[in-house]
Amino acid sequence: MPAITINKTLISVEPGTTVAVAILNAGVDHFRTSVSGSERGPLCGMGICFECRVTINGITNLRSCTLLAENGMEVTTSEPPA
Amino acid sequence: MSIVETNILIVGGGPAGMAAALAASSKTDASVTLVDDNPRLGGQIWRAELGKTKSEDAANLIAAIDSKKIDLVTNAQVFAASTPNTLKAETSTGAVEFQYEKLILATGARERFLPFPGWTLPGVFGAGGLQALVKGGLKVENKRIVVAGTGPLLLVVAESLKSKGARVLAIAEQTPASKLNKFGLSLWRYPSKVKQGIALKARILDIPYLTDTWVTHCTSPRVSKGETRTLNDSPLLTRRLSHLGSVTLSQKGKLRSIDCDYLAIGFHLIPNTELASILGCQITNSFVSVDEFQQTTCENVFCAGEPTGIGGVEASLVEGKIAGFAATGQFEEARNLFRQREKTRRFGEALNKTFALRDELKTLADSETLVCRCEDVSFGPLKSFDSWRTAKLQTRCGMGPCQGRICGAATEFLFAWTVGAARPPIFPVKLENL
Ligand SMILES: Cc1cc2nc3c(=O)[nH]c(=O)nc-3n(C[C@H](O)[C@H](O)[C@H](O)COP(=O)(O)OP(=O)(O)OC[C@H]3O[C@@H](n4cnc5c(N)ncnc54)[C@H](O)[C@@H]3O)c2cc1C
Ligand code: FES
Repeated sequence: MPAITINKTLISVEPGTTVAVAILNAGVDHFRTSVSGSERGPLCGMGICFECRVTINGITNLRSCTLLAENGMEVTTSEPPA
Repeated sequence: MSIVETNILIVGGGPAGMAAALAASSKTDASVTLVDDNPRLGGQIWRAELGKTKSEDAANLIAAIDSKKIDLVTNAQVFAASTPNTLKAETSTGAVEFQYEKLILATGARERFLPFPGWTLPGVFGAGGLQALVKGGLKVENKRIVVAGTGPLLLVVAESLKSKGARVLAIAEQTPASKLNKFGLSLWRYPSKVKQGIALKARILDIPYLTDTWVTHCTSPRVSKGETRTLNDSPLLTRRLSHLGSVTLSQKGKLRSIDCDYLAIGFHLIPNTELASILGCQITNSFVSVDEFQQTTCENVFCAGEPTGIGGVEASLVEGKIAGFAATGQFEEARNLFRQREKTRRFGEALNKTFALRDELKTLADSETLVCRCEDVSFGPLKSFDSWRTAKLQTRCGMGPCQGRICGAATEFLFAWTVGAARPPIFPVKLENL
């Protein structure tokens, strides 16, 4: 089973799981913070709305619903607004 | 950048694209390439179920694709047309240029969303979107879910959520019962649909199906700013500040709130026509115009499935076949399917008429409700504009990464604005791939 870290916590996921599903299954539903500071999570589930953007291995703004979780990925969701 | 040369290029690996690929490859001398932006084929209806699908049609189609000489390119997002007969796609390993003789667009549809107070809260998903996530392994066991919006997809989604152990509290359908009954009666022409519908309904008899009902707003449990909620000891959960807590429904004029974890919402489907638009194909009333052989107004470019009309999976399959046959000069085979297509189109028309959106849905957003989720543009300021173009220039509505895919469809309904032609790249791409 692939293991990925989500916000520094190691989580193992079923093979074939998308990153968005791994994050939601871990209990996190705040994926990004909008330009005016509101919390957002996935909406469309199909790569259209860009609400599920997270940082993976240092690359920002990746749509997590279109990417499969791969072993060793480091995923960070947005910091909560201050 | 790598280059792929092919006789027939098909964009979209859903039912329409797969059917087109099979029809095109039944003439053995044509090389056929099928491109899709997802990790797996199947489109919206069969994605992620490949190999373990319950649908016999899907299983046969997939087996046939595997046994034919069809080149599959997945995880590739087509974003631009460069020189004539060339399309560019972005993949995880860089850009690919496809050079084709004939092109078949089978880019499907997406859900329509409408703004109402609270629709941006985490925990509010598209109905088809939640379905897609569940197919991809999202655990919904014991989650309290309200399914709302309009169209037959709501029933499909409710059933699949229930089968995964979710507690579906209600299905809220905006269409009045009288209209639904009329639609039900008109289905006698489509016995297979009736059979499917009855089997589906039987599995969700315990879920209240509320007609004439829609979501007016939803709210988050009260959490003061800066406070974090810890639902259990997981350090991951402390980041959660606001999320869905309850949904308020208007049911035949009465308001009623339901506590829930998720809301699955969708207002039927709208076609993905951006690619057709940048190629210069004529688009009429939001749909790609095609002739009897599914050819667009552009030479050598065909279009099949939901970009030409929302008609369900059978319509997509038969249009895909016709396009695949016609693109490879098998006109007799294509012609043999015209009657079947006529029937699926009539079904699509009845569907669209039945589930047409009611005017009350235009009054849900208040002036602070966000319409453009990418740029945080709210309903209030948008009201003063008379076109999509001026609103876009003055407020940045539709200028964010989704490029108006969500708010454009909403403003079409709310203000009757026409969303202008798409411009390449139709998706944001890395600079080095442009
Ligand atoms: C989110 C969602 C969920 C749905 N779930 C169901 C369901 O469970 N049951 C049901 O009966 N119906 C469902 N539907 C309805 C469904 O759309 C149709 O029944 C059927 O899938 C249509 O087939 P199609 O081939 O026309 O399009 P689609 O199945 O949508 O296939 C189009 C394909 O093209 C790809 N694509 C689009 N643009 C590009 C591009 N630029 N580059 C590369 N690839 C691209 C898409 O990702 C997609 O895989 C759903 C619709 C949506 C929007
Ligand atoms: S959920 Fe919409 S792009 Fe991922």
